[in-house]
Amino acid sequence: MSILNRSKAPKLAEQNAGRKLFGSRGASITVWTLAILWTIPTFGLFATSFRPKADISATGWWDLFIHPHLTFANYTAIFSTSTVSGIPNGIFPYIINSFVITIPAVIFPITIATMAAYCLAWVKFRGSDLIFYGIFALQIVPIQLTLVPLLNLFRTGADSGAHIGSLTLIPGLNIAGKFAGIWVPHTMFALPLAIYLLHNFIASLPRDLMEAAHVDGASHFTVFRRIVLPLSVPAIAAFTIFQFMWVWNDLLVALTFTGGTEGIDPLNNKLAGLAGTWGSHWELLTSSAFIQILVPLAVFFALQRYFVRGLLAGSVK
Amino acid sequence: MSSFWSDNLPKLGQMVTAIAIFLAVLAVIFFIAGRANGKKQRPIAILVFLGPALLLVVVGLLGPAIRTLILSFKGSASHHWVGFSNYHWLFTDPSERIVLRNTVFWILFTPIITTGIGLLLAVLLDRMRRESVAKSLIFMPMAISFVGASIVWEFIYKFANANQPQVGLMSSIAHHLGFQPPNWLLTQPLNTFLLMVVFVWSQTGFAMVILSAAIKAVPADVMEASALDGAHGWKLFRGVTFPMVRSTFIVVLATMVVSTLKLFDIVRASTGGNFGTSVLANEMYSETFIRYDAGRGAAMAIVLFLLVIPVLVYNIINLRRERAIA
Repeated sequence: MSILNRSKAPKLAEQNAGRKLFGSRGASITVWTLAILWTIPTFGLFATSFRPKADISATGWWDLFIHPHLTFANYTAIFSTSTVSGIPNGIFPYIINSFVITIPAVIFPITIATMAAYCLAWVKFRGSDLIFYGIFALQIVPIQLTLVPLLNLFRTGADSGAHIGSLTLIPGLNIAGKFAGIWVPHTMFALPLAIYLLHNFIASLPRDLMEAAHVDGASHFTVFRRIVLPLSVPAIAAFTIFQFMWVWNDLLVALTFTGGTEGIDPLNNKLAGLAGTWGSHWELLTSSAFIQILVPLAVFFALQRYFVRGLLAGSVK
Repeated sequence: MSSFWSDNLPKLGQMVTAIAIFLAVLAVIFFIAGRANGKKQRPIAILVFLGPALLLVVVGLLGPAIRTLILSFKGSASHHWVGFSNYHWLFTDPSERIVLRNTVFWILFTPIITTGIGLLLAVLLDRMRRESVAKSLIFMPMAISFVGASIVWEFIYKFANANQPQVGLMSSIAHHLGFQPPNWLLTQPLNTFLLMVVFVWSQTGFAMVILSAAIKAVPADVMEASALDGAHGWKLFRGVTFPMVRSTFIVVLATMVVSTLKLFDIVRASTGGNFGTSVLANEMYSETFIRYDAGRGAAMAIVLFLLVIPVLVYNIINLRRERAIA
C-alpha cells in the first residue's frame, strides 16, 4: 500500500486527497451500516404513523414491506378540528403553542447574548475576564436547581418574589402560567452557552476593522449594529439551531413553568402526557410524534451550512 | 373552526407583540445611549450591553444556586436546619444507592461511547468522497426530543406476552431466534443500559459533526507527510490524527459528561424512573415536585453540581490557555 502511495503521492497531494489514500471502501461500508442502524428506529416511527390502527397492534412495522397498507387517516385525525380521542381541536393548538414559546425564546437570548459577548470581547474593563469565566461556569448549574426559586419569583401573592430574610429583593412578577413565564427561564438558561459560543466568534473578528470604525468616530452601538451583527451571522445561525432544537424539544422547563395551564402547553409536553392517556392509540401518538420531529429537522437543514462554522470559530484552528 | 382561530390567533398576537416590544425597547436604548459622548460613553456602553445578561444570569442561575445550597441543609419544608442529614440519607438509603449506582454507570459509559463512535465516524467520513447523506442520517436523532425518542424506541423495546404478536423489533428478533424475549424495560439492570443506547443514538451525531470539522481542519500536508513516511491506518490515526484533534475530543467528551449528568427526559419519558432506572437528575425532580421534600431535592442538586465541577475546572484551564495564545 505505502509503496504504491509513494509513487502516486505528488498527484494525490495536488487533489488534496492525501487523507483518502486508504480504506475508502471499508470506510463507506462501515459508515453506511451505522447510518442505516441509526435510521431504523426513526423509520419505524415514520412507517407506523402511516399504518391503520388495526395493523399496528397486530404486526410489527416491518410487515409493511410484505403487506403495504398505507393510510393518511392518522394525520387527518390529529389535524381535525373536532375532538380527537379526548383532545378538543386535535394537536394543532399545541403546535401553535410550541411556536409561540420557541420563537421568542430563541430571539431574546441570542440578542442579549450577542450584546454581552461583544462587550466581553471588545469593551474590556477591569473584572470583565472574571465575569466571562463566571458566566461560563454557570453553564453547569443544573436547571432543576433553579426551578423552585424561579417559580416563587413568577408567582404573585404571599411569599412570592425573591427575599433575604424579610427584605424583598424582587416582588412577585405574576407571569406564572403565561407565555412570558416560559420565555424568561428559557432566556436565562440559554445565556451562559450562548455568550460563550458567541464570544469565541466575536473575539476572532479582525481588530483592525473595529479600530478603524472607532477612529472614524463610531460609537460602540454603531460598531455593534453595523459591523458585529452582520459579521456574526454564522455564529448566530449556529446558536439559533441549538436553541431552537433545545426549546422545541424541552420537557423540563415547560413541564414546570406552564403550571398545568392547558392553553399554553407545547406539543412535546402534550406528547409526554399522551404517551400515558393515548397508550392504546399508537396511530395518533406516532403521527403526532412525527410532526413534532419534523419542525426542528427543517430548521436544522435550513441553517445546516452555518452549524459547524459558527460553533467552532475560535475553538478549532 | 371559528372558535379554533379565536383561541389561537391571540397567542400568535402575543408572540409578535412581545418580540416587537423587545426590539423597540432595545432600539430606544441604543438610540439614547448612542448619543452619550465623552467620558460617559464607555460605562454606558458596558451597562447597556452587559447589564441585561448579568441581571438574568444572577437572578435565574446564581441566586437560585446559592439558595439551593442553603435549602440542602434544611428539612423537607425548609423550616429548620438539619445539618448534613439530607446528604447522609442520599448516600445511605438503599433505593438512593441504586440511583447513585445508575448515575455512575451513565457517567462511566455514555460519554465515552458516544464520543468514541462520533470520532470513529468522523475519521471514516474523512476518507469518503460523498458523505453528506450518511452524515445527515446519523445527525437526525439529535433533532428529536427525548420524549419523541422514547416513542421511537418503544417500537424497538416493546414487549408482548408469549401468545401475543411481538410488534417490538427486538422482541420480534428474539422470537424468531427461538426464545421468549424478556420484558426489556422492566429487567434490571439491563433496562438502564437500554436507555443509555437511546442517549448514544441521540447524541452521537453531535460528537460526529464537531469532530469531523476538527479533522478537516488538520492541515492536508501534515497528513500527506505522515502518509509518505509510511504511516497509515491505525498508526496514522494514533500518531497524527488523534493528537491533532485531542483537545476537541476532550471538549466534546466534557459536554457529554455534563449532559449525561443533567439527563432527565429519557428516564422520565420511558420508565418514569421506575424499575431501578432512576438517575440523580430525575430523582431530584421527583423529590422536589412529587414528594415535596425540598431539602433532599436540594442536596441531590448540590451533589450533581459537585460532580460537574472537575469538568468545569478542566474547561476553564483549557479556555485560559487558548485565550492566552489568541
